[in-house]
Order: sequence, then structure tokens, then C-alpha cells
Amino acid sequence: MNAPFEGIGASVRRTEDLRFISGKGNYTDDINRPNQLHAVFKRSDRPHASIVRVDTAAALAMPGVAAIYTAADLAAIGGLPCGWGINNKDGTPMAEPKHPVLAEGKVRHVGDPIAMVIADTRQHAKDAAEAVVVELHDLPAAATGRDALAAGAAQIHDNAPGNVCYDWHIGDKDATDAAFAKAARVVKLDLLNNRLVPNAMEPRAAIGDFDRTTGLHTLYTTSQNPHVIRLLMGAFVLGIPEHKLRVVAPDVGGGFGSKIYHYAEEAGCTWAAAKLNRPVKWTAERSESFMSDAHGRDHDSHAEMALDAAGNFLGLRVATIANLGAYLSTFGPAVPTYLYATLLAGTYKTPTIYAEVKAVFTNTVPVDAYRGAGRPEATFLLERLVDAICYDTGADPVAIRKQNFIPRDAFPYQTPVALQYDSGDYFATLETAMKQADYAGFPARKAAAAAKGKLRGIGISTYLEACGIAPSAVAGALGARAGLYEVANVRVHPTGSVTVFTGTHSHGQGHETTLAQLVVEQLGVPHAQVEIVHGDTDRIPFGMGTYGSRSLAVGGSAMVKAMDKIITKGKKIAAHLLEASVEDIEFAGGKFSVAGTDRAKTFGEIALTAYVPHNYPITEIEPGLDETAFYDPANFTFPGGCHVCEVEIDPDTGVTSVVQFVAVDDVGRVINPMIVEGQVQGGVAQGIGQALLENAVYDAQGQLVSGSFMDYTMPRADNLSNISVGTENTLCTHNPLGVKGCGEVGAIGSPPAVMNAVIDALKAYGVRHMNMPASPEKVWNIINGGQRAAAE
Amino acid sequence: MYNFEYQKPAALADALKALGQEDAKALAGGMTLIPVLKQRLNKPSVVVDLSKLGLTGITVSADAVTIGAMTTHAAVARSVEVQRAIPALAALAGGIGDNQVRARGTIGGSLANNDPAACYPAAALALGATITTNKRAIKADDYFQGMFSTALEESEVITSVSFPIPGKAAYVKFKQPASRYAMVGVFVAKGPAGVRVAVTGSGQGGVFRFAAAEAALAANWSAEAVAGVSVSVDRMMSDIHGSAAYRAHLVAVITKRAVAAAG
Repeated sequence: MNAPFEGIGASVRRTEDLRFISGKGNYTDDINRPNQLHAVFKRSDRPHASIVRVDTAAALAMPGVAAIYTAADLAAIGGLPCGWGINNKDGTPMAEPKHPVLAEGKVRHVGDPIAMVIADTRQHAKDAAEAVVVELHDLPAAATGRDALAAGAAQIHDNAPGNVCYDWHIGDKDATDAAFAKAARVVKLDLLNNRLVPNAMEPRAAIGDFDRTTGLHTLYTTSQNPHVIRLLMGAFVLGIPEHKLRVVAPDVGGGFGSKIYHYAEEAGCTWAAAKLNRPVKWTAERSESFMSDAHGRDHDSHAEMALDAAGNFLGLRVATIANLGAYLSTFGPAVPTYLYATLLAGTYKTPTIYAEVKAVFTNTVPVDAYRGAGRPEATFLLERLVDAICYDTGADPVAIRKQNFIPRDAFPYQTPVALQYDSGDYFATLETAMKQADYAGFPARKAAAAAKGKLRGIGISTYLEACGIAPSAVAGALGARAGLYEVANVRVHPTGSVTVFTGTHSHGQGHETTLAQLVVEQLGVPHAQVEIVHGDTDRIPFGMGTYGSRSLAVGGSAMVKAMDKIITKGKKIAAHLLEASVEDIEFAGGKFSVAGTDRAKTFGEIALTAYVPHNYPITEIEPGLDETAFYDPANFTFPGGCHVCEVEIDPDTGVTSVVQFVAVDDVGRVINPMIVEGQVQGGVAQGIGQALLENAVYDAQGQLVSGSFMDYTMPRADNLSNISVGTENTLCTHNPLGVKGCGEVGAIGSPPAVMNAVIDALKAYGVRHMNMPASPEKVWNIINGGQRAAAE
Repeated sequence: MYNFEYQKPAALADALKALGQEDAKALAGGMTLIPVLKQRLNKPSVVVDLSKLGLTGITVSADAVTIGAMTTHAAVARSVEVQRAIPALAALAGGIGDNQVRARGTIGGSLANNDPAACYPAAALALGATITTNKRAIKADDYFQGMFSTALEESEVITSVSFPIPGKAAYVKFKQPASRYAMVGVFVAKGPAGVRVAVTGSGQGGVFRFAAAEAALAANWSAEAVAGVSVSVDRMMSDIHGSAAYRAHLVAVITKRAVAAAG
């Protein structure tokens, strides 16, 4: 019997799922340390207020209370650092107000932590937190970027005048103005990208631990990037050197970006554990997650496209107000700039683009990267704008896209907004998607729906995204305060099994399966003989973690490099054993053989020899078979594709149902088709969620109205149709695997496809644009005629 | 939640005595009370669990379905007798919440709480149910007294609910997208109590009878008959999921659908 195919391209079943679905996962909240205390954070229920008084005396006297800390106790430690600096148009740096671990002098959003209450049980800590007396003096608040920019708006930070964090731009303004001057037609669109709450299934949690005999601090945390947390918290907040700080991120139940950032609770628990010499644990309650996990999106944009008489795009102008929330989250400033405005070329050869972004502080939860991070905002803007062009000019949505696509032979393609795409074929993904969606058969389906009294619409979205972040030098030039390479340590054991220590982190993506497939493919070791280890700074040499669809493109490439070193060394050992020259040794199918002969040694034999070096070239090479590689990518990767959505609207109620969804994505080489399909479907589910259901609603005073699942509409299975996933592959040209990344494409490409379908279905009602989510009431208002403007 | 004492009496008299204590709370299925306790929105001294009082069970006679107060939604939904006698009632029970909620939540708990977005109040009002307590029998028309407000007095516990079997009935629910509670739920019935239409989920005062629809249907039981009827926008709730005007519109739409479903 042949061994099952488990290498690149095999839909190997997810090895991690047995523990996840049988309740055997080891999440942070599953961990309990001896003698542990429990922390509860007393949070602001006011959006913006000065702190008049915090009285902890009564609370301190309550049963089981070990300590209560406020900002005054933390005077010696730093604020939460921002990992990305952006410069203003004039070259000056952005406003970077302090983000204290506990609120200093003022609270700036509902959920801002004021005091950390620590007791022997969580119950006691909650009781005591209620007894902490907080006297606040309300200040006027601003919840939207536009409100915060208005004349006379409340000043949220003293050192951010007008609440502006930065006023940034990219592209050639003069060339773009010139393109508009010669345009035959200009199409304009105002649009909002709705704020989202990430809602990972596992709430955030943290346990600080301290061993005073060694001075070693340990933080167990729900993180997508434990080394980054070690760096940020150790160096900038608590002043703990790396060798005395271990960060463990065990099984993590979903992140979508929200677990990238360094949060106050991590620093608080780590600091308090050393102070009290006892472990301190905190686990968020769901309502706490709503008001303390970094939110996503929240853009308010104006876009204008200049066209010639034939419908060619001549130039694009964009002005965006990005709501960053009350404080700078770790990568907040990067999202509306280098992850957004650089994507505004999309799949189109628009020759000149000029974008301005004003990032604004408001009295809301900080905003940072959420699945797609900037690229969904860019894609929504572009793909809605293209459909608005069709609305205004009568152009066909497919024809105008094809007419303006970057041609197949134009790669590498330099966009006017910094990025250089290495590969892609937008015609292929569009054509495959249209075929898969039976685009041509739509009129018949529309007629059949009309016969049942339903309004049916079809929408397409062609998108391009940049992921696999990132070349460190480029990121650094753009303001990143860290490198964005990745690290892999491949440890071959004496009997030939392999453990890979990767700096990426799996929080649902299936790395234990996919990354092991790379080992199967390259070293010829069976999948069951490979273990993937991640999430512990004491076990993994280094790493930047998982976000920006980077794990395979960057982390997988580091593994390939490390395995190249393994093979190089193995060849030397084999040459010695086989008494041949190294140049004549070939490695394939798990065997080192002398070219042109049947003389060979298995991978296992070489591994054993490396560790039992009785007959070994000991003067030339060291024993052991254990290699580490750092990989810094040459460029971003550029997945692209086409999503086609069909909806039916019930005109009596305004309810929109997605009845068909086709996603054809070019994610480069596919390692595990089943996992890619799942990643794309998950992303599309979130995209449909953004388009039809999800909305973080603040009232004008800054209260979070949608603060629980009673009012925040998470997509559920019955909100979704079958999501058909196809892939069209052009390979990434600059990484050894040819992979591009698949984690975010679903969430990036889908929202405008859904909205274009909704607006198409409502064509008869004269609708040109609608902001997300297309809630039943909003759709009904359009059908009802009276409040069309309200939808926009 | 705050600490509280937990009691599970085996006799109604003991339960009533326990409920006489200061700040005592009755626990039926707990589908509302437990979340409220977890959010520390209520601080009872003692929680009295009613599950051992023998208040479960369904009996069907020639003209009524009587359901013990502690009977779960799941039990009502899967009862062949209820499905046969009042299929709309079984369907309503089967559409409340999710499997977990239906396995715990009870008819008595739902009616005692009288959440303005709950389903059972619509059935009770439209079918002209009688709510029986340890003290008396209360007509549905007298029982519902505004959102979260009922005719129940201190130390009064629902023991059973009796629904006259209608000739025709149906319940159609438009769910609030996030919570999946009724945003508009309409129960229509034509039976011994006449034509009755009860609306839940949308009224500021909780469940209410839709008089205009009842009049139209009494004259002509058909979906067309209610095409033109409307409910006053002024009595509708309004929130981020739907304005009063949208809810009023939905009441008309869902009423029509319910009549069509009732046949």
C-alpha cells in the first residue's frame, strides 16, 4: 500500500481539530497557576470624563482583596507603545498621546480601565470592584471622526490639537489634478465603512506569573504574536529584559487581528504578579470584550474617479477620515495608510492616484487591524465606486472592469501608490467566477425571483490585496518600528522525526497541519512524524507572529530555508557515508542518493548518524541536525480575485438573503485545498456579516449601543448561503513556495460584492449607493421611498 | 452573579413560603433570570427553584390544551398531542430561542416574565388562554399589564396554562436580527373566543391585541382582508434595529402572513 499523499496540495485533515472539538484544547483560561489571584478591571461607563476621585478604601477592606491599583500606582511604568509611526503631510510626526495602562486623569471611552482590583477569587474581585468609588466629571464627547474634527469638538488629548493624530497623503497630487482637469467625466461617491467588533470565540485572557528566586516573569496570554508582546511589554512598558520575560500564547480561539496588540490587561497582570509575588489572572467577560478589544474599520471617505469618454480610468482622488478611537492601538496608525491607501489602485491600471487620510481620536474603543485591515476598506471604496460609475454612465460592470484591469503581461506592475505587484491575472479570476456563478443565467433567475415577489440582484467585486507582510526595510521606511521577517527552527530528531519551532502563531488557521505538509514535501517525512510548535518565547527562537496572511508566505518560507540547510548538511553526511563527493549527492523522496546509482541513505539514517556520529565527518561538520533560518520577504504578496454574490430581497420586510456566493481567488500555490476553502469561507462569512449584519453603533454621546450579542448581529449559519470557493493560481515570484496567502481574501473581496448585489436588486428604486450594513430597515426604507437619503 | 441561597422545595406550599422571604426570586427555566444574575442586575437573597413541584405535563381535552407551568418549550414543541390540537402553539414553542433555550425555558417562566419580545404572550392572548396560579384563574385579557408587568401578585405562582383549541391559528415571527427575539410576532386565531390577533415584540406596552385586524378578520377571514389594516405608530417601540414606523409596517405584513399561514 502506498503511503497517503500528505505533501503540498493534499487536503490533509486538520490534526489540531481532535483536541479542539473534543474539549482538550489548552487555552489561556484553562491554565491556572498555584496560589493564583484574580484581577477584575473597573472600567469607565462614561465616554469622556475627568476623574475627580477614585476611592478604594472600602473596597480594600472587602473579603479576599489583595490589592487595588490605579494610575497613581503605575507611575513608574510606561504607557502602551504604538508600533507604527506615521508622518504628516509636512513631514512632522503624528500626534502620539500616551496610552496609559490605567486611565490617568481622564477616561476617554466606555471601557477605559480605571482600577485593577485583585482578590483571591474572581467573585471577591468583582464584589470589590463594585465598591471602588469613582467620581467622574463628564466632558463633551465625540464618537465619529467627523464629530471629533468639528469646530468646538471636545479635545480628547492635550497633545493632539483638533483631535487629529495625523494628516497624511500619498500619490501625486498635481498629476491627479491634471487627470481630473482633462476628464470627460468625473464620478463621485461618499461612503462609510462600518465599525466592527472582532468577537473572537475565545475572549482575551492573561495570567502574570513571577518567580522571585530567578527574577523570571511569565505572561500567559491570548496573543497572535507572543514575541511581539514580549518586546513591547518588556521594553516599553515594564522594563523587563527579554531573558527574564517569557510570553506563552497557548491555544488561541480566534483573533482576526484583535489579539495582535499589546493590551493593558497583559501589562497589568504581569506587573501585579511581581508586585504581589503571586500569579494574577484575568479573563474578559463578553461584554468586556465589546468595550476593550480593538475594533475594526470605521472609515468615512469621499472618492472621485476621472474618466475619459471611452470609460478609461484617468485618475482617482480619495479623502478619508479614519476613526482611530480614544488611543493609539499597537498598529492602529498603519491601517488607514499603508494597508489602505497603497491598495487604491486595486486591480486597475489607473495611472495616477492621490489619497489623503486624516486620522482622528474619538471617544470610542481604539481601532486597529481586523481581518483584512485596510484592504477591505480600499476594496469597498473602489468596487462601490466602479459600480457607481456604471450607474452614472450606463457602463457594464464586467466590461468596465475588464477595460481597466492591469493587463496580464504588465507584471511586475508598479502602481502609482507605492506597491509593485509581482503577479496576477484578474481576467482569469473574473472569468472563472462568472462561469462558476452562471452570470449569464442571471436574468432568468431574476425573472423567476420576480415571479415569487422577490427582488434579485447580482454583484461582482474584483479585488487585489497586499499581504505576506512584510519586507522589513520597506516596512521600516514606512514607519514600522519592528522588522517583519519570520523565523523557523527545524529540529530533526535522532530517529528522523521532526519538530518545527515557528514564530508564526496559529489561532484557528490550521498551521499544525499545513506547515507540517511543507516538511512532508521537502524532507519526505510522513505527516505524523512532524510536530509544529508555536506560541512560547522560551521554545521558539524568535518570531513576529500571525496576521496579514503572512504565516505561510513568510513563516513557511523561513521553514523552507531552514530545511534547505538541513538538506545541505544531510548531503555532507551522506557523502561521507556513501564515500561520494557532496556534489554527486541528490536528495529526493526522503533519500540521499549518489546520482546515477542505487546507492542511497534514508533521511532517518542520516539523522541517526548526525546524532550518533561514530562514522562521521567530524572535522568538517558538527554533529546534530537542527537548523534555524530567518526569512525576510523581498516584497508583499498580492492575492487577487473575483467574488460574485447574488441576493434576494423580500420587498415587504426589506430582508436580504444571500442566495449564492462564488469566490474565485488567486492565493498563489495552495498547500492544503481544504484549509484554503475553509479560510475563504470564513472570511466571506465575515464579509457578508459586515455587509448585511454587523455594526458597532455608538450614540452621539459616545455610549456603545451595540454592546452585546443582543444588539450586535453576528452572522449565523442561516444568514449564509453555500459559499463556493475556487482558486486560480499565479505564483508569487519572490518566495520559494510561490504562495500568496488566503486568510483575509474572503473578508476583503466580499463586502462590495454583497452590496453591489443589494444595490442591483434595488435598481428599480433608483438607489445609487447604500452604506453597510444593508439592514432590513434600511432596505425597506428605500423600497418604501420616503427615506432614500437615510441609506447613504 | 452575587451570592444567594438556593432552595429547591418539593411542595408548592414550601415554595410559596420560601418566596415569602425578602428579596426571594422564583427560578423556572432560568433563561432570563440566570443572565440577569450573571450580569449582577439582580441581587436576590434566595433563589427558589420550581422544578421539583410537579408542575410539568401536558393534557389535551376535547376543547383545551393545558400545559403545566414548568413544561419546557422543547416538550411543548415535540408533543404530538399539542401538534395535533394546536399546531401553531407547538410551532411557536419550537421557534423560541435555540435548542439549549428550549430545553430549559418554560411556559410559566415566559408568561411570568412577560418580556415584550417573548413569543408565548402572543399565543396566550390570541387564544384567550387562562393562566392558573396557586390562587386563581386569570384570563389572558386581564393578565398582561405592560412590559414585564402582569396580574401576578406577591407569592403568586403560575401552575398551568390552558389554551382553548381554535379552529384556525398561526404564529409568524419576524426576528430581531441580533437577539432573534421577536421584533414583530403575530398570533392569529379563530376559535371559541372569536377572532383574535395578538402582537408581541413591537408594542411599547408589551403584547397587545390588534383590534383593527380582528375586526377585519371577523368580517372576512382572509389575508386580503387585513391588507389595508394598520397599527398606530405611536404605540410601537423603536431601537437600532427598527424604528416605530418600520415596526408598524412589519405588524401589518406579518399579520397578513400569519392569516395566510392559518389558512
